[in-house]
Amino acid sequence: MSYLADVGTLARKDLLLELRSRDTLPAMLLFVVSTLVVFSFALPADASDAAAYGLLWVAIVFTAILGLTRAFAAERDQRVLDGLVLAPCDRSAIWLGKGIAVLAFLALAEVVALPAFALFFEPVSWELVAAVVLADGGLAAVGTLLAAMAAASRARELLLPLLFLPLAIPIVVGGVGASIADDPGRYLGFLVLYDLIFAILSWASFEYVVTE
Amino acid sequence: MIAARGLGRSFGAKRVLRDLDLDVADRDVLLVTGPNGSGKSTLLALCAGLLVPTAGELEVEVDRSRIGYLAHEPLVYRELTALENLDLYGRLYRVPERRERIGMLLERYGLWEARRERVATFSRGMQQRLALCRTLLHEPDLLLLDEPYAGLDEEGAALLDAELGALAGKRTVVLATHDPEQLARLATGTLALG
Repeated sequence: MSYLADVGTLARKDLLLELRSRDTLPAMLLFVVSTLVVFSFALPADASDAAAYGLLWVAIVFTAILGLTRAFAAERDQRVLDGLVLAPCDRSAIWLGKGIAVLAFLALAEVVALPAFALFFEPVSWELVAAVVLADGGLAAVGTLLAAMAAASRARELLLPLLFLPLAIPIVVGGVGASIADDPGRYLGFLVLYDLIFAILSWASFEYVVTE
Repeated sequence: MIAARGLGRSFGAKRVLRDLDLDVADRDVLLVTGPNGSGKSTLLALCAGLLVPTAGELEVEVDRSRIGYLAHEPLVYRELTALENLDLYGRLYRVPERRERIGMLLERYGLWEARRERVATFSRGMQQRLALCRTLLHEPDLLLLDEPYAGLDEEGAALLDAELGALAGKRTVVLATHDPEQLARLATGTLALG
């Protein structure tokens, strides 16, 4: 119970920080909506559904990168991460709390992005919503771990996409597959498996990322 | 409580600490002195477990939940208020009667009136006072204090003097300072680096 209380405390703190500073979510919303608007003009009218879904997933992944780049900005400032690492809570609670906040920001960005996608491109199917929800889990799990790794580096803005994009490719494949395939279950199952594997790996390895 | 043998720490090619032997007993007050870059902060970070030695051995016989670490930076969120920052740490450290303890520390360090203001609006001295509150919040057995007087005005320095006077003989303190004379009356030992 104390583990979950720590996670709740840390996640609540991140949501409060965003509520105060408003420096992550507005940028994510602006990026994802403007990307979809630009794509809606760039795609020819006879373009395939697959192209539209592909562009949606590219927009989601890059929106996630935008949020992840700021994920540990408050902890970098004044080395607060040292204070959290010294606290007696399980260090994976820091990852989980931050991951929940990243997930919340992504979900809010998609609450705007999916209706915009429906407006400019295709109706939103339940398969797409399910794929987006599952993809968000994977993006938040892997992204939070990599954002913590990148935060320690001076070249963090360069390092995060370099580490994150290769690991996000399976999510894009699974997401696009679930959106356009006749049998979306296979791809949704793949996303569930990805989430499980990477959530466990990230949870277990976070301690080694934030300590020497 | 702290034992080091041949302790060394390098950052890349730069060797900051070299072949250091150290023994700090329970309830000792050790002053660590030396010029800038001599490794005072590095030694404290090693004792806190934030850094790992690159040479030698270091044993700290206290759980990390019982360590109070004051760094150069206050280790608090600038966009949260003083109260919110201390409440966060109080929850993570499972401080009993958290609200009373936080209120008492904020009163003692003259931050009660500013408790609902964001840390970003605090002066350097107020941030240092808040950092001291954070360090003392869970009544640690081992205090690692890196230049605790930095940024404090006369009143703040007097408060810290009184705090250290009360803690001497009851807690183990390792304190990095440029002014060992100020604390000579409390010290049980001095370590000169560099």
